[in-house]
Amino acid sequence: MASTYRDSDRTGRASEEEFVDILEERRCSSDLGFALRTFNPQPYQRASPFSTADLNKAVLESQYLRYVAKEIAMETGSSLEEVREEAYGILDEISQNMQLGFIRLLGYTLTKVFKRLFTCIYVNMEGLNRLQQAIQETPVILMPNHRSYVDFLIISYILFTYDIPLPVVAAGIPLAGMKMVGEILRRSGAFFVRRAIGSDKLYWAVLSEYVKTIVRKGYAPLEFYVEGLRSRTLKSLTPKLGMMQMVLEPYFKGEVFDITLVPISISYDQVVEESLLAHELLGVPKPKESTMGLLKASKVLQKNCGTMHVNFGHPLSVRQLCQDKINRCQYNLAPRDLPQTPNAEVKACVSWLAHLMVRLQEQGSVVSPWSLMACLLLQAPVAVLTEEGLPWQQFIEKTLWLRKLALDFGASLNWPGKASDSDVMSSTVALHCSVVHLKAGRVYLVQDEEPQRKHPISPEQGVMSAAVAVLMLASYRNQALHIFVRPALLATAMHITKSTQRDELFTVFGFLQELFSYEFIFIPDNMSQDFEEACFLLKKCGAVHITQNEVIPSDTGLEVLSFLQALLQPFTDSYQVAFRYLSEDAVPVFTEKQFLPDLRDQATKLILSGELHTHEALSSDTQKNVLSALQRLEAVTKLRASNQNEYKVNKAAVRRIGDILSGKIPPQNLQTTPDARL
Amino acid sequence: MGSTQALQEIMKWNGWGYSDSRFFFNKKGQAEFTGKRYKLSGLIIPALKDWFESTFGASLQHKTPPILNSSAVHPPTLNETFVEELKSTGIPFSHDAEDRVFRAHGHCLHEIFALREGKFGRVPDMVIWPNCHNDVVKVVELASKHNVCLIPYGGGTSVSSALECPPEETRSIVSLDTSQMNHILWIDEKNLTAHVEAGIVGQDLERLLNESGYCTGHEPDSMEFSSLGGWVATRASGMKKNIYGNIEDLVVHIKMVTPRGVIEKSCQGPRMSTGPDIHHFIMGSEGTLGVVTEVTMKIRPMPEYQKYGSVVFPNFEQGVACLREVARQRCAPASIRLMDNEQFKFGHALKPQVSSIFTSFLDGLKKFYITKFKGFDPNRLCVATLLFEGDRERVLQHEKQVYDIAAKFGGLAAGEDNGQRGYMLTFVIAYLRDLGMDYYVIGESFETSVPWDRVLDICQNVKERIVRECKDKGVQFPPLSTCRVTQTYDAGACVYFYFAFNYRGLSDPVHVYEQVEHAAREEILANGGSLSHHHGVGKLRKEWMRETVSSVGLGMLKSVKDFVDPNNIFGNRNLL
Repeated sequence: MASTYRDSDRTGRASEEEFVDILEERRCSSDLGFALRTFNPQPYQRASPFSTADLNKAVLESQYLRYVAKEIAMETGSSLEEVREEAYGILDEISQNMQLGFIRLLGYTLTKVFKRLFTCIYVNMEGLNRLQQAIQETPVILMPNHRSYVDFLIISYILFTYDIPLPVVAAGIPLAGMKMVGEILRRSGAFFVRRAIGSDKLYWAVLSEYVKTIVRKGYAPLEFYVEGLRSRTLKSLTPKLGMMQMVLEPYFKGEVFDITLVPISISYDQVVEESLLAHELLGVPKPKESTMGLLKASKVLQKNCGTMHVNFGHPLSVRQLCQDKINRCQYNLAPRDLPQTPNAEVKACVSWLAHLMVRLQEQGSVVSPWSLMACLLLQAPVAVLTEEGLPWQQFIEKTLWLRKLALDFGASLNWPGKASDSDVMSSTVALHCSVVHLKAGRVYLVQDEEPQRKHPISPEQGVMSAAVAVLMLASYRNQALHIFVRPALLATAMHITKSTQRDELFTVFGFLQELFSYEFIFIPDNMSQDFEEACFLLKKCGAVHITQNEVIPSDTGLEVLSFLQALLQPFTDSYQVAFRYLSEDAVPVFTEKQFLPDLRDQATKLILSGELHTHEALSSDTQKNVLSALQRLEAVTKLRASNQNEYKVNKAAVRRIGDILSGKIPPQNLQTTPDARL
Repeated sequence: MGSTQALQEIMKWNGWGYSDSRFFFNKKGQAEFTGKRYKLSGLIIPALKDWFESTFGASLQHKTPPILNSSAVHPPTLNETFVEELKSTGIPFSHDAEDRVFRAHGHCLHEIFALREGKFGRVPDMVIWPNCHNDVVKVVELASKHNVCLIPYGGGTSVSSALECPPEETRSIVSLDTSQMNHILWIDEKNLTAHVEAGIVGQDLERLLNESGYCTGHEPDSMEFSSLGGWVATRASGMKKNIYGNIEDLVVHIKMVTPRGVIEKSCQGPRMSTGPDIHHFIMGSEGTLGVVTEVTMKIRPMPEYQKYGSVVFPNFEQGVACLREVARQRCAPASIRLMDNEQFKFGHALKPQVSSIFTSFLDGLKKFYITKFKGFDPNRLCVATLLFEGDRERVLQHEKQVYDIAAKFGGLAAGEDNGQRGYMLTFVIAYLRDLGMDYYVIGESFETSVPWDRVLDICQNVKERIVRECKDKGVQFPPLSTCRVTQTYDAGACVYFYFAFNYRGLSDPVHVYEQVEHAAREEILANGGSLSHHHGVGKLRKEWMRETVSSVGLGMLKSVKDFVDPNNIFGNRNLL
C-alpha cells in the first residue's frame, strides 16, 4: 500500500475543456453546402497514397497470410487455391471501401438526423486540435466508448466537419447484412468484424493482417470500440483484447515508430434506445438489425434526446506507455510476419492498456444532472416511487448535495449554468418523461408506456413493468458510477466489516473489486492505487479521518457513507440472490439458457414477497456477470467438453463467497486465478 | 627516436587526420579544404556554407575554436623496475606528455571534445615502440613480471572508447605502439598470401603490395590511418568486402603475444576442422588478450579496371528494395551503398566549384530531368553509389546487370561523378566534424547490422528516435539524422547512421550527445539490429554485451580472458 494517490493523477478531465456546439453552425447554414464543402485534411506524414484496392492486395499478398494459408491447406487437406479463395471471400466481407461521395451523402443525412435528435452536440475543440496534430505524426487509434447506435459515425461526422482525416471504423457484422445501409456504411469507411471468431484461424489471420496493415501503413486513423459491444447498461464493459493486440503489434514489432491512442468519451443526456435496452436486459430479444427495422425505428427521430458530448481525450503515445513494460527484442529471433502467440508480458501489457483506455473514457465522460437524479431515485423503494412519489423540493436539495459530492470527487458535470437549479431539474424530468413525471410537487416513476389495459395485470407482470423503469433509471445511474465506485466500495467494505482497520478494509475492498470485476472496470494490478484513491476522496469530502492504520468515519460523514453504500446495495443484493439460488436451488450442472429464466423467476418471487428490494436482480446483465465472477473465483466451472455452455457449480464455495459478502466470514482463503483477466 | 613517430608529427593531436588537411571558411564565407592530399584539397566548396547553416541553424558568427593546452597532463606514474629492465632491452620508449596524450584516445566525440577543451583524463604513463615480434614478447614478459598494464595502440582510429585508460587503473599504464612493426615480411605468389607485421597502416599496406602488382582489397573508411592489428582486434570490415571479404575472410594465420605466451596455428591450411577456430578468440578481442604481431593474409592481383557509378531512386524504400534484390541475385558490385535523402543533400553540398559553364549547364539539365521530367521529389529521392572492379569486359557486363535491376525499382543511372563523390564523402567526413566543432556543431556516426526485412523500419525508427530525443533533451535546433545502407549480405545489411546537432544553448552538450546516442542504440537493439557490425564494443557499448551474447556467452569469453591473462595485464577493460 505504498503507492499514494494524488488528485493531479487524473488526466484529461473534461471540465478543463472548452466545448463548442457543432450543430449551431449547421442550423444557420445550408446542409447541402456543408456536405459539398472542400475536404482537404492533412494526413499522416509518412503515409504514401494507398487505395482501398492496394490495401486489400497488400493483405492478400502478405507473407503472414500466405504462411497461414499454407498451414491451413496442410491441415484440412484442401488445395492452397481453395484456401486463398476463402481468404479472399473473408477479406471481401471485412473490407471497407471509403469514398468521399458517400461521406458527403452521410454528412448530409446525419446533419438532418442530428439536428432533429439533439439540441446540441458539444465537442471539445482543444481535443480536436490535438488530434489533428497527432494524426500527422503517427498512426492514430480512435477509441470511443459505445453507448448507442448513434455513436456509430459521429466521430467520422465530426472529423469531416473539421477537415481531419476520416477513420476506418470497426463495426459488427450484423450491420453489414442490412440492405443498402451496410453498403453505405462500408463506403463511409466501416469494416466489418464477426462477433464470435473463436478458433477460425483463417478469419483471424485475414482480420489481423487487415488491421495491422492499416496501422503499419498509416492508411487512415482506425476507430474501434475497445469494449467490443454496445453497453446495454450504459456502464463500461470489460475491454476486449483481440483487436487491441492487433492494433498494438506493429509498434511492438518495430514496424512503426509509435502509435497514438486517443480515448473518446461520448455522453448522452438521453440514449435513443433506452427502453429497448431495458427490455433486452429483461429477456426480450433484441430486434435483428435490418433496414426495415431502421425505417420503423425512424419514429424515434421525432424524439428529442437533449445534448450529446463528445470529448476527445489527450493523445497517448504507446511508446511512452509501454516503456519498461515490453521488451521489443523478443521479436528479434523469428520473422515478424509469422504468427506468434503473445507471451505473458505482452498479454499483460495489452490488457493494461485496454483497461487504461476504459478508465480514461470514464474520466472524460460528462455526467448529466439526470444521472445524479437517477442515483438518488434508485435509493428510494420502488413502491414509494410508483405510489406516493418523492417530494420535489426535498429531491432538489438532495440532488444539489450530490452534485457537490460529485464535484468533490472530480466529476465533469453537464449542469447548465444559466438556468436556475430547479429549472434545470424540471426540464431534465421533462426530457425523461418516459421514466419519471412530476405531479403536484412530487416525482413519480412511470410504470408503463402503454395506456391502461382492459384487464388487470398479474403481479408478475407488475414486477416486470416496474423493472423496465428501474432498469432505465439504473442505466443512467450507471453513467455516473465511475465517479463514486472506488469510495463506494470502501464504504461498502466499512459497512460489511464494521471495522476501521485499514488492513482489514483493504482486504475486503480487494474482495469486492474481484467479485464485481465484471460490473465495474478496474485496471488490473492496481488495487492499492484504487484503495488509496478511495481513501483520498472520502477524506477530501470530510467523510472519514485517515490515520496510519485506520479509516475512521467522521461525525458528519454518515450521509456520504450511507449514500455510497446504498449506491452499491442493488449489486450486493442481486449477487446474494444469485448466490442463494446457486447454492440452494440450482441443479449441479446447468446451462446459461436455464440459469437466466430460473433466476429471474426466483428473483420475481422474492420481490413479490418483499424479501428483495431491487428490481435490478432481474437484469440478465447482472446475472451473467455473477456467473462470470464465480467462474473467475472458481466457484463455478464451465464444462469444456459440452458444446452447449454448461456450468458446474461448487455450492459450498458459492455459499462461502456469499458469507464473505454479508460479512459473516472474513475473506481469507479465497482462490483467484491471477491470469483470468488476460 | 627520430623517424619513429613520423605519423604523429604530420597528424593533428586534437582532431582528425593530417595537420595540413582541414576545412575552413575563407574571408568570403566560402568553405575551402586545405592541403594536397585529397581530390577535394585546395578546392572551394560553395554550397557547403548554406547547407551547414540551414541544416544545423549554425552561424559563422558563432565560433568555438579549440583551446590549445597540452601542458595540463598529469605526470606519469612509472614502475621503476619495469623501466630499468626495459632500458636494457633497447626498445624505444618515451614518457613525454605529448606522446602520451596522442595515444590516450580514439575518435569518439567525447574524446575529441575534451581534447579541444584542453581536458585530459587518465593518460598512459609511457609509450613503447617495439620493432618486431620478439620485442613484443620481451615487453609482455616484463609487463607480466612487474604487473604493468599494457594497452596496445595501432592507428588510434577507435570509435568505441577502446583506447581510453580505465580511470580506476592504479598500475602504471603503458601504451604499446605497434607503428614500427610495419613491414611486409614476405609475399607468397603461389598461394597468394602475404605475411605482414601487424602495425602496418592500411594505405601503406596497399601501396607496398601494389608495387608488386597485388592488393588485399581491404578498405575500411579509416584505411589511411588504421592498422592491420587493429582490424584483427576489432573484426573490421572493408568497403569492398563483396569481392575480397571482411577481415575474418582475409586472414590465414595470426600470431599474437599473450601473458601466457604466443598463440598461433601450426599450418596455413585454408580451412580446418580442429575445434572452434582459435582465430575467432583473437578477432574481436579488442586488445584484452594480447598483441597481434604478425598476420598472414590473402592477396589478389590488382584489378585491371575500376568504375564508379550511381543510381537515383524516387525514394528510400525503392532503393532498399533494389539493394535487397541485388543481394538476392548475389551480384553486388565491389561496393554498393544507399544514402538517404539527407545524406544525398549533404553529398551535394560537398560539390566543389565547377570549372566550366558547360558542366554547370549539364548539372542543371540532369536535375531538371530527374525532378521535373521523371517527377522525383527532391525531398524524397535518394542515391546509391556503386564501385565495380575486375577486368573491363566483366565490369561492363556486371554494371549492366545492376543497372537493369535498379531500373525495375525506378532507379535512374546518375553518372560516375556522383558515385565517386559519395565515396570521397567517407574520407572527408571526419574532417568535416572538426569544422562543425569550430561552430557549435557536434556529431558522430554509428552502425549496426540487421536482417533485410527490418532495414527500412530500423532506419526510420532510429532516425526518428534521434530527432525526438534531441527535442526532449533541449536541443534547440533540429538535428541532422541520416543513414545509409552501406553493405549488403545474403541475410541482411549494414546500416550506418550519422547524427549531428547544433549545441548552442546547452550547458553540457557532450552529455546530451551521449544520452541521445545511448537511446539510439537502445532503439537499434529493440529493432533487431546488432550491437555493432564493425566498430566493436570497446567500453562504449559494454553494457549491452550480456543481452547481446547471453550470460553463457559472456561467461565463455570471460573464462578465455581468465586463462590467457589472469592478472589483467592487457587491462584496457574493453568488451567484458
